[in-house]
Amino acid sequence: MSSDKKINLVIIGNGMVGYKLCEKIVDTGVKERFNIHVFGEEPVPAYNRVRLTEYFNKSLNDLTLAPSNWYQDHQIELHLGDPVLSIDRIKKIVVSKEGIRISYDKLVFATGSSPFIPPIIGTDKKGVFLYRTIEDLDKIKEYAKDVDKATVIGGGLLGLEAAKALLDMGLETHVLEVAPRLMPRQLDESASEILKGKLEDTGVHIHTGKSITQFSGNGSVNEVLFHDSSNLPTDLIVISAGIKPRDELARDCQLEIAPRGGIRVNKNMQTSDPDIYAIGEVASYNEMTYGLVAPGYEMADIALSHLIGENKHYNGSDLSTKLKLIGVDVASFGEATELKELHRTIVFNDKVKGVYKRLNISVDGKYILGGILVGDSKEYNKLAQMMKNNDVLPEDPSELIIGRNAEKENILSLHDSAQICACNNVTKGMIVSAIHDNNLGSLPEIKSCTKAGTECGGCIPMVQEILDAVNQKKGLNTRKVLCEHFNYTRQELFDIIKVKNMKTFNELKRHYGKGNGCEICKPAIASMLASAWNDLVIKQQHIQDTNDKFLANIQMGGTYSIVPRIPGGEITPDGLIALGEIAKKYDLYCKFTGGQRIDFFGAKLNDLPEIWRELGHYGFESGHAYARGMRTVKSCVGSTWCHLGVQDSVTFSIQVENRYKGIRFPHKVKSAVSGCVRECAEAQSKDFGIIATEKGWNLYLCGNAGLKPQHALLFATDLDSETCIKYIDRFLMFYIKTADHLTRTATWFNKLDGGIEYLKDVLIRDSLGICEQLEQEMQSIIDNYHCEWAETVKDSEHKKKFRYFVNSSSYDPSIQFRDERGQKVPELSIS
Amino acid sequence: MKTLTWFKAALASDIPLNGGACIKYKEIQIAIFYSEDQKKFYACQNLCPHKKQMVLSRGIIGDKGGEPKVACPLHKKSFSLISGKNLNNEDFQIKTYPVRLEEGYVYIEIEE
Repeated sequence: MSSDKKINLVIIGNGMVGYKLCEKIVDTGVKERFNIHVFGEEPVPAYNRVRLTEYFNKSLNDLTLAPSNWYQDHQIELHLGDPVLSIDRIKKIVVSKEGIRISYDKLVFATGSSPFIPPIIGTDKKGVFLYRTIEDLDKIKEYAKDVDKATVIGGGLLGLEAAKALLDMGLETHVLEVAPRLMPRQLDESASEILKGKLEDTGVHIHTGKSITQFSGNGSVNEVLFHDSSNLPTDLIVISAGIKPRDELARDCQLEIAPRGGIRVNKNMQTSDPDIYAIGEVASYNEMTYGLVAPGYEMADIALSHLIGENKHYNGSDLSTKLKLIGVDVASFGEATELKELHRTIVFNDKVKGVYKRLNISVDGKYILGGILVGDSKEYNKLAQMMKNNDVLPEDPSELIIGRNAEKENILSLHDSAQICACNNVTKGMIVSAIHDNNLGSLPEIKSCTKAGTECGGCIPMVQEILDAVNQKKGLNTRKVLCEHFNYTRQELFDIIKVKNMKTFNELKRHYGKGNGCEICKPAIASMLASAWNDLVIKQQHIQDTNDKFLANIQMGGTYSIVPRIPGGEITPDGLIALGEIAKKYDLYCKFTGGQRIDFFGAKLNDLPEIWRELGHYGFESGHAYARGMRTVKSCVGSTWCHLGVQDSVTFSIQVENRYKGIRFPHKVKSAVSGCVRECAEAQSKDFGIIATEKGWNLYLCGNAGLKPQHALLFATDLDSETCIKYIDRFLMFYIKTADHLTRTATWFNKLDGGIEYLKDVLIRDSLGICEQLEQEMQSIIDNYHCEWAETVKDSEHKKKFRYFVNSSSYDPSIQFRDERGQKVPELSIS
Repeated sequence: MKTLTWFKAALASDIPLNGGACIKYKEIQIAIFYSEDQKKFYACQNLCPHKKQMVLSRGIIGDKGGEPKVACPLHKKSFSLISGKNLNNEDFQIKTYPVRLEEGYVYIEIEE
């Protein structure tokens, strides 16, 4: 393609897909090759039609995909409110309603579709609306102000969305579907029965199998009449009965049209005229039109690749969907209802809970063909993935939708083809043979060899379970050594560090390790050294995990977030003003954390020491939000202000937070103190939680609110403050000494033989005779506390470590920000 | 036409022991590391190809079976500092640069 002559490209339609084509042209850097004219029928630039329902309570700006000046900035001529009326394919000229004549080299139809209006008498009455454009919605909004009852014609996706919008406007809302069930294209009868029940619970009235003859009323509509002579009074009607492609212009200029409508296209998205393309809802590929936006985007991509001489092909799109309809999970994938081939079906139908799951599998029981999930769609990703990958099913496929029967069943009894890692499609059999064949002994080795657990990490517990089970079968004692550089467990290394008085990673590696170390052993040992000695972590900066390295949390775009400590969540007005001033000065995005503190985002590496110098000036210390260490001790306001409180929870939480601040643990530790049994501080979801009683404090241990929520268990009751702290000292030190790296207290606890009674034996009744030692060790770490940020900004050598470039004083030039709700947020595009 | 330039990137003493630093050459960001165990400097692109973030100079260096590597600080993807190959058996590759030390300065060879 010669680069000196630009291609005149005319795009008819400025909907989501037409816009996407413009966006792709700009984003892929090929804009220079085109002169672009876009004609749009609507008076406003392309907006997000999928989120149209939200327009009922939002402004148009929120939905607009790009403002008019975006088109100007990129030299795209946008003609709004000016549809193309005719095309001369011989002379290659389009003529618009306003009389603009443009000649084209290439033409793209992205005219979309219009609502299908069923042949019913009275659709022209006042109070009858379509549901397609912003203008339609404006009219509905206006009309709805003075009426009470609304009816939606059509129980498909869009119709149900419209119903939700009308319900939210406070109208009595009915949905009429001519088919015997809701969402007839996606759901079977039982599924739509469940969906219907759930929707009716929210207040929508649903009528299926209703054939309409007439909308009647004198001028304005006031009722719907049915074939069976019944009627339904209504003030407003919204028609959402499907779509038909806007192919009339294409018909006029004699492009080939598919029998069921839509401009026929080939795998390059070319129509019967090779210089004319069609994309989105107006295109018909293999006699199929697609009324969803994702296929439209895919088509835009294919058309562009052909326009610039690349070679991508369209093969039809997957219509699997997962969505929330009025709060109800609905998913449908593959061949859900109309199956062409012979198949078998597994159905789980819980009418009490309102959950329906259907899995269509091949006759040989090996593959998923498709399925439906209503009421609970959490398996959607896994199942859709298995279907796409043609994964072989486990022996008993029902476990895919109803879960494994026996909780404690040995994982090795799973079928070899059972998928463990969905991200990388790794099966149980692959993991087991990788362990045997390569003699793998650790989780990192399995991850590196099989890729299992390297993406989302959700399957890591299962991978570990498999490794343990295989080792157990081999008669091996499962001994989790740290990594290839240290042939010791964390517990052994921690003892070595203490007994042999090891202070640095290099020292420990010289005596007990080999090689250069890696990203596993370096941070793990850094954490142990910090737990053992509470020395300044930045002194050994380059063995620290990402966030400990710069004492801040790295965030998307490579900037950092900063959390000053606000013990117990108590802060003075002057403190708040100081935080505000600093945030303003360094242009930081501000947000409250879940732990009653304030988080600053978007700090540049070079600025960290200066920001902390100023924070320190106002008395703020590090909040260790970046550390596997003590985070917050959240509190309710307690008996000082609250008439229900029985103890002063704020004072106690501040005391506890200040006691343990700065200590490094195998993982982060969170706590809370509640001033009465109402538990406003949510202490039972914390690693250790304290709840006030009339007589003192109840102490709860090993709760968690994260990935796997788990309530903390009651450990001791009615303690005075001193005893409570003594028990927490023992507990935390025991955790430091015995837990694996990166193990939260809840996970650690779940593996302890004997559970909470065992902890009581060891930590209250001192069955191992270690309580005194635990207390002493804890006290010595506490005595070593220093605010590491205060130390860091004092020392110019440490401050130097925060330069972004060592050969330039500039900031990272790749960081870009944009504005959102009055604050900056990262713009995540690095070319 | 390709030209090879030895770019005087940084004072050797500015590269932390067993750690990394980032340098700027025109619009390019390059990560330089010094391994005390190997007594060697290494250089590679600063961009992690996984999530396209400018972060590799802030990663932890080490070895895998003797092969020097850097692990991305964000998601721990590891890359050989010799070949640039991803060491988690994934389809990523980074660019590495020849490095030499002369009179206390680190030089990087850049192809343009």
